[in-house]
Amino acid sequence: MMAAQTPKGTNEKKGIVLTPEQARSRRARNIAIGLAVALFIALFYLVTIVKLGGGVARLPA
Amino acid sequence: MSDASFAINESMVPRVPIAAPGDYLALLKPRVMSLVVFTALAGLLLAPSPPHPIIGFASLLAIAVGAGASGALNMWYDADIDALMSRTRQRPIPAGRLAREEALAFGLVLAGMSVLTLGLVANWLAAALLAFTIFFYVVVYTIWLKRLTPMNIVIGGVAGALPPMVGCAAASGSLSLASFVLFAIIFIWTPPHFWALALLRSEDYGRAGVPMLPNVAGPDRTRLEILAYSILLAPIGALPYLLGFASAVYGVVAIGCGLALARLAWTVFRERRGDVATSAARRLFLFSIIYLFSLFLTLVVERLASPWFG
Repeated sequence: MMAAQTPKGTNEKKGIVLTPEQARSRRARNIAIGLAVALFIALFYLVTIVKLGGGVARLPA
Repeated sequence: MSDASFAINESMVPRVPIAAPGDYLALLKPRVMSLVVFTALAGLLLAPSPPHPIIGFASLLAIAVGAGASGALNMWYDADIDALMSRTRQRPIPAGRLAREEALAFGLVLAGMSVLTLGLVANWLAAALLAFTIFFYVVVYTIWLKRLTPMNIVIGGVAGALPPMVGCAAASGSLSLASFVLFAIIFIWTPPHFWALALLRSEDYGRAGVPMLPNVAGPDRTRLEILAYSILLAPIGALPYLLGFASAVYGVVAIGCGLALARLAWTVFRERRGDVATSAARRLFLFSIIYLFSLFLTLVVERLASPWFG
């Protein structure tokens, strides 16, 4: 295989190889998305409890 | 199979972004978002029946994210002119940290999620109003009017004025007279605020081809319009007191700030040359922010303090 067929940023065996900056920013984005999803879940949990009110603990007959 | 069949086109290699979470946050226009949250909070507290604090908080969060989505979609569409203006050149897209498509996807996802969340958490009237606000800001203002007419910010001001109505609808499921009055205050406040900025940045807007009033009708006509809107704003700002849903303290703040704003607008109208004119426009721009903040802060504090002071 000719070297010219491997575009910048890619490796024949490993695929796309991230630069340290790309890897760092991807990790930061992943953490931010994780936190946002966790907050979203917590928010909907709280809203559900408030909306159900006292009925939250009542089992159907 | 020959070697040639394995040739990879550079353009086919996925682009790995280098944007940090802060760049995505910048797309949301946090300063505009904080003003939206603040005005929506006033609408929420002035509603006939304020909501449970958790529901109120979740509603404000959805409104904030909706406002942020509008900002991201605005930056997606305006990336070309943002690159030409010194004030906006460092935004994530013109600075090369984010691709336009990423901002578009981010904005659309947030817009959809914010409307859906507000509908589920509060009610569908509030969600529909939020969707209309996003639509108005992105499609009517950003895509249609901004590059077409010097009245762009007058009509586009509707989008900025709607959050108190969204807040009121989220709290009570209906729209009160108070929410219409808050809408009117922000709507009339918008032109003198942005035209004062346009007087200071007319070269920037001219370079970008945005037809702001000073570039189209000239600075003198702009000064006259600023004065007219500022004089009109003073009594409208006092309406919450005059209609009886704010205290005398608010009345004093609104009338005092309204007179001060009209006086600064008069100075802008009178001083037309050199550094004095520039400084007058800058003072008006900065004071207009203080004006709106003071009025809404007084309303919010009054409502929050009412359980203790009656």
